[in-house]
Parts: sequence; structure tokens; C-alpha cells
Amino acid sequence: MSSSAQVVSSSLSSSLPPRLYRRWLHPLHGMLLGAANAFFISALLCDWGYFASHEIQWKNFACWLIIGGLLVCGCALLWALVDLVRIDLDRGRRAIAFVLLLAAFVLGVIGELVHAKDAWASMPEALIVSAIVAVLAIAATTVGFSTPWPGGR
Amino acid sequence: MKTAKAISVLALLVAPVIAALVVWGAAAQDSDVAQYGPDPKLPQPYRGLLPTMKIADPAAWGDRRPQAPEGFTVTAIATGLKIPRQTLVLPNGDILVAEGRGGDDPMLIPKDFIAGIIKAAGVTHVAGGNRLTLLHDKDGDGSYKEQTVFAEHLNAPYGLALVGNQLYVANQDALVRFDYRDGQTRAEGPPVKVTDLPSHMNHHWTKALTASADGRFLYVGIGSNSNITERGMLAEVDRAQIWEVDARTGAHRPYATGTRNPTALTIQPGTGRLWAVANERDEIGPDLVPDYLTSVKDGGFYGWPYSYWGQNVDTRVQPQDPKLVASAIRPDYSLGSHVAALGVAFSAPAMGAKFADGVFVGEHGSWNRQTPAGYKVVFVPFSGGRPSGPPMDFLSGFMGEDGKTRGRPVGVSLDGRGALIVADDLSNTVWRVAAARP
Repeated sequence: MSSSAQVVSSSLSSSLPPRLYRRWLHPLHGMLLGAANAFFISALLCDWGYFASHEIQWKNFACWLIIGGLLVCGCALLWALVDLVRIDLDRGRRAIAFVLLLAAFVLGVIGELVHAKDAWASMPEALIVSAIVAVLAIAATTVGFSTPWPGGR
Repeated sequence: MKTAKAISVLALLVAPVIAALVVWGAAAQDSDVAQYGPDPKLPQPYRGLLPTMKIADPAAWGDRRPQAPEGFTVTAIATGLKIPRQTLVLPNGDILVAEGRGGDDPMLIPKDFIAGIIKAAGVTHVAGGNRLTLLHDKDGDGSYKEQTVFAEHLNAPYGLALVGNQLYVANQDALVRFDYRDGQTRAEGPPVKVTDLPSHMNHHWTKALTASADGRFLYVGIGSNSNITERGMLAEVDRAQIWEVDARTGAHRPYATGTRNPTALTIQPGTGRLWAVANERDEIGPDLVPDYLTSVKDGGFYGWPYSYWGQNVDTRVQPQDPKLVASAIRPDYSLGSHVAALGVAFSAPAMGAKFADGVFVGEHGSWNRQTPAGYKVVFVPFSGGRPSGPPMDFLSGFMGEDGKTRGRPVGVSLDGRGALIVADDLSNTVWRVAAARP
């Protein structure tokens, strides 16, 4: 892609005149979302490992992966909130991405508490919550990446 | 308004899930069921989203003292110790005090980190002494003015036993022995190792100790390496057992298994039978699982981790073991849930008619229930060699009405002259509760 700004036609925001867009998502914002996905999906896989094998080490991994996920998800969430307030374009999509991410974060915190129950006491709830969190994070990222960010010169 | 619609649909989808989790996660209510005796009422297991935690709020004793029944006097015979745990009254009346703090379990999950910080608020900040202190009462007036270090550089010593001229000490990683002769105030050299004890991680690190009546065998209490196998079953090899150790050779075998944390052992005078107090599992409710006092059967399995109080299966342990559960023994006597019994001693007629027959139990106190339990020394009356009634408070006032905790009882031992010696590992004091002399 060339460094010059591109003109995106107005199908995304038909009520507004065509305007300049910088890029779809700030790379760092994108990385945070991608990392949240990686953490939460890995946690889900580890939960599946414990569920299937009773090997407690999978559960220990899941506990830390969720903490990692919450850390990057929290940063992405703040970023999304700032953008939501600051940018008056495509607020609907940005709001959806924000709410999805918020839901992933809140359920992630609850999931971490569920994981803190000793041994099998966390099952099967831990697995279910991890699955919901992963789906929410993927959905938030999908919406986030398909929303244009205004910019230009 | 597409946006508003989308958000409300999402909210409608997510909100019930969160609400359901919060309701399902609500804390359990303490009941006031008295869970004493051979047949305690056991509610259904329950654990909210957060474990119930009520941690002791330490304060200094000041002018206060623990309260004993009428006719008994309470004296602090040693203060400023370095975490006194168990005591041993020697034949000449001197008292040995084991001081230390053990355990080296790594932080495996974030919970360990947070729980560690919270629980540390309820215990002393003094560093463990890793030593034995000897208290000597020169003029026999019960004031123990002389205090010497009998042995140091030990590794979290806990259980103590004397057989003839051999003093056995259960460190957190090994059973060792010293030569001892009457009146000795300092060990003559480093100890000799009798046998190594399981010490990897050492979540429940205390190694309780007593000797058989004939002195041939030593019994060592080894606690589990977790609450309920959350560190994996490999960590539990040789754990949650009471070992019988040949005093001469160090050879050992599991005498009883499935005892989650056997924190104190003693031999019943007359019968020679081994008795134990043990601490049961946490985080399935304020009234589960009762800690217990029991005679210990040779070869007996007491449930942990698969079941509690006989055949009550703990589903937190997977895979389960129904065959082993079927063989689980019910303990003799429930002391109540979460009291954290850490000391046990048989009484004697010198303690007065009311307390002549029975056992004293030191209860360190709970963390896993809203209404604190324990934080006292109780007396369990016996008749015909068996527990015969509800426990009576013997030494209380460790947790004041103001909610402050001034002491936490650990080991108890009987002074044949008619006194109970109580180690307190919060105020780092040894208390002597003496019966009035007739």
C-alpha cells in the first residue's frame, strides 16, 4: 500500500461526504487486539487440555494466559473507549467493538476467578467461560478491524 | 438507530450470563450448627466465585490475658520467641519449644500470590527461629526464669519426642535426634539424621511427632501438598500420611493414609493407642469439612483427597477412586469446620476433677469462614478411653470481642505438676495454665 492517503468512497458512511482515511486500525491497537485473541484462544485450548486429560498443568497455564489476555484486552479496551469518544464517524461499529471487548474483559475477570477454584471445582464452568471470552474477543477484533479510522492530512 | 439497537441486543445477550455468574458466585452463609462429636451434620458442598476469607487482625496483648476456667492461673512463661509451635515437657520439668516457619511451595497460579498476601496479614512477621529453646524453672515456682537455646540451625523444627536419652526432632525435611541427659540445657553437638521426610514444596510443612509407649517406633504426621490436589497428584506422593518409623534404623512405612494434615500426634496413656488431630479441606463451605480428633488405625485410610468424613466424595478430585473411597474410615470426633487444630495432649488427674480425663486441643483458628472458629484451646472430655461429650472452652480470649486477635494457639502439652503449656505463634509467647494447688 502506498503511503499516500486513500480516498474511500462513502458506502460506509453514506450520509457524509467522502473524506480521507489514514488506515484501518493503528498497528499497536491491532497488535493489542491480536494478542488478546492469542491469549484467550490459548487459554481455551489449555482448558480443553485439562478437561480432557485431568493434567493440572494445563489449568495452571490457562490461569496465566487469562491474566495475559486481560492485560492486553484492558489496554485495547481503553484505546477503544478513547476512539469511541473522540471519533464521531462510524460510532455504531466502534460501539459494538467496544461493548464486545468490554464483555470479553468482564467475563475474562470472572473466568479467572472460576479458574482459581481448586482442581476440578472449576470444571466445566472454566471451559465454558473461556469459550465465550474467546468468541467475544474474536468478534470484537473482527468488528474493530473492519471499521475505518479517519485521519488524513 | 442501528447502533443503539446493536448495543442493546448485545447487552441483552451478555448481561444474563454475567448476572447468572454473579448469583451463582455469591458467598455461602455460615450456619451455627454445632459440628461436634462422632456424627457431625454435613451440608452440601458450596463455593462462591470468591473463597470466603476472614483473616485475623493482630493486636498486642497489653494487659489482657487468655481466659482460663475458674481456679486456673495463666502466665506468660516465655515471650519474644521466634514462632513457637510445639512444646515438650521433659522429665525434670524443663520445657523445650520448637520455633520456626517452613514451607517452600512455589507460586503456581495468580491465586497463590494474592492469597499469600492476604493470609500473611493474620500471622506474625517475625522470622522463624529454626531452633529449640529450653525453658528452665529453677525454683519450681512455675516462672521459668532461665531460657537457653538448646539447639539451633535446624530446619523448621516442629514435632518433639523424648525416648530414654534420645531427643527426636521432626524438622520439615528430616527426622533427627540428639543425645539428651537429665538437666542438660544445650545440645552437645549437631543432630544425627534418623530418616529423610517428604519435603518437596512442603505446602503443609509441619511434621508432627510422637513416640510409641515402648519407644521402638516414632510416628510422624506428614501433611498434603495442597488443599485438594490442585498441585497435581505427583506432588502428593508420600503426603497426607502418618509414618511409623523404626527409631533404631529409620526404616518407615505408612501407618495411616488419607489424613490431609495430621498436625499433632500423641499416645493415649494406658492403652498406648495413637491419636491425632488433623485439618481437613477448605473451600467447599463454612461448615465443611470438620477438622477432627481420632484414634489412628494401623493401615487405615481417612479419605483425603477422594472423600471426607467417610464416603462423602469430593468431586474436585479427578479422576476419582471409588474403591478407595469405599474403604475410607470416619474419624472418631469432629472438632468443627476450619478450627485448625494444631495441638493435642491427653490430660491427667493433676488438672483437677473436671479436666482429669480427656484431651486438650489447640485451635489456631479459621480463615475460610465469615464467623471465625477456633482461636482457643478446648477440652474434649473422655470416658472409657473414648470422647464422651461436646468440647469445653479451656483457654479462650485469643480473639477479643473487639475483633482483634492477640494470639493463636498451636501446640499444647501437659506439665505433670498440673498445668497446660500452650504455644502461641502470633504473639510468640508460651502460656502456662496452672491448676490451683490443693
